[in-house]
Amino acid sequence: MAMAAFRREGRRFAPLITPRPIAAVRSSPIPEEQAPLGVRSISTQIVRNRMKSVKNIQKITKAMKMVAASKLRAIQTRAENSRGLWQPFTVLLGDSPSVDVKKNVIVTISSDKGLCGGINSTSVKISKALHKFTSGPEKGTKYVVLGEKAKAQLMRDSKKDIELCITELQKNPLNYTQVSVLADEILKNVEYDALRIVFNKFRSIISFAPTTSTVLSPEVVEREAEAGGKLGDLDSYEIEGGETKGEILQNLAEFQFSCVLFNAVLENACSEQGARMSAMDSSSRNAGDMLDRLTLTYNRTRQAAITTELTEIISGASALEG
Amino acid sequence: MLRQATRLLARPAIASSSSFAARARPFSTDLPAAPAEDSTFIDAWKKIIPNIDPPATPLTFMQPRPPTPSSIPSKLTVNFVLPYASELSAKEVDMVIIPATTGQMGVLPGHVATIAELKPGVMSVHEGNDVAKYFISSGFAVIHANSFADIIAIEAVPIDQIDPSLVQKGLADFTQKLSSASTDLEKAEAQIGVDVHSALNSALTG
Repeated sequence: MAMAAFRREGRRFAPLITPRPIAAVRSSPIPEEQAPLGVRSISTQIVRNRMKSVKNIQKITKAMKMVAASKLRAIQTRAENSRGLWQPFTVLLGDSPSVDVKKNVIVTISSDKGLCGGINSTSVKISKALHKFTSGPEKGTKYVVLGEKAKAQLMRDSKKDIELCITELQKNPLNYTQVSVLADEILKNVEYDALRIVFNKFRSIISFAPTTSTVLSPEVVEREAEAGGKLGDLDSYEIEGGETKGEILQNLAEFQFSCVLFNAVLENACSEQGARMSAMDSSSRNAGDMLDRLTLTYNRTRQAAITTELTEIISGASALEG
Repeated sequence: MLRQATRLLARPAIASSSSFAARARPFSTDLPAAPAEDSTFIDAWKKIIPNIDPPATPLTFMQPRPPTPSSIPSKLTVNFVLPYASELSAKEVDMVIIPATTGQMGVLPGHVATIAELKPGVMSVHEGNDVAKYFISSGFAVIHANSFADIIAIEAVPIDQIDPSLVQKGLADFTQKLSSASTDLEKAEAQIGVDVHSALNSALTG
């Protein structure tokens, strides 16, 4: 095509032509200094490079969304099945987040990988708020962090309060054995009166509720039972077997912690995949919009270049004739 | 340019999730129309941290249990949960027999409120003329005064899915390990293996 030939020859014409600003693109996404005046084909090259990279980004984010969707499908059934696990404990022991104890431990659950929207920031925000909520004279609050992202954020200003950091939780598929070993580690190494687990509960693909579950140590349970209130009728339960009430409560508290932690970890994993799906979806959509704008820019630049060359040739020809 | 793009990516995601969390309408299966049962927590939170919404607590995600009735109900409502599934969820049965540490314990409607720790053994659920038997690893059973029974176990298999030859082999292995164990930890682990396999054995035969 003649136009293509002219475009290709464009570079040779460049030094002969008086520099003229390319009128086409004022609102160009390309910064002005990168489009040198009078050298037209190079500026289309820049736009073409941009378009290629944006298209690649769009493909990658679309693929990441598909991967997150399939992972979500797998883990969502398991999370929903595990929801029955913590309910008996809450029925028996209640949930008292406003309990007043000396040693609080906040277990923050987050993801290892990024690009999942705002859920990790929400968890950290709630953990810090809980820290403020439970702090006071003679009271200590510590963190146990699960996941890289919360570790990075909490290390910045609460480094001395972090007791334990656990990462790479999802390297192997989540199962109860792994979580119970983890719960055992936490209970062995950390002194606690109340454990507060902060996680994002999966309500739907677009909705995640930051939640906190409170697990009390056996001594605190006994104290609250004697004080009355929600745990008041704990004494009415007979203990079957030769163990004392203290031993049963100890076993019960440990079991409750591992069950609640298992459910919390699964729910957070679901929330992570759901948030990643929506983040990657909006990213693909933005990339698509950007690609449309760049295509328009590219066409305008190209057409302006062709028009300019044509007018020059024609005016040159008519100058020769007339 | 691409830097701005990443900012554009993050903003809609955060805005949507936080606004959805704030005025969320529940979609999934386990959300009752439960009110803010924990108003003390919410009030205390708002006083200290007024800018951030308080997190949800488990009570908002649970169906409340009915209070203790004045007369003994005719059926026992059983919730049998495992980490991987809710085997029985609010099933009305006549009786369950659970393997407590003190032996097999039968639970009928109107049973006194009890907390029982379970040992590996057979649990049977009696409904009319049907009996469903499961072999459960240990766990806990809580019987409430309103004839609700919550049984929480780690693993449960129906009896007909257990392979007798593997049971015998496991029993032999663990007995051998118990006799050759040196540290306390190894002895404890081998003892647990022996207990579970003998219980499996008696479940298959008895």
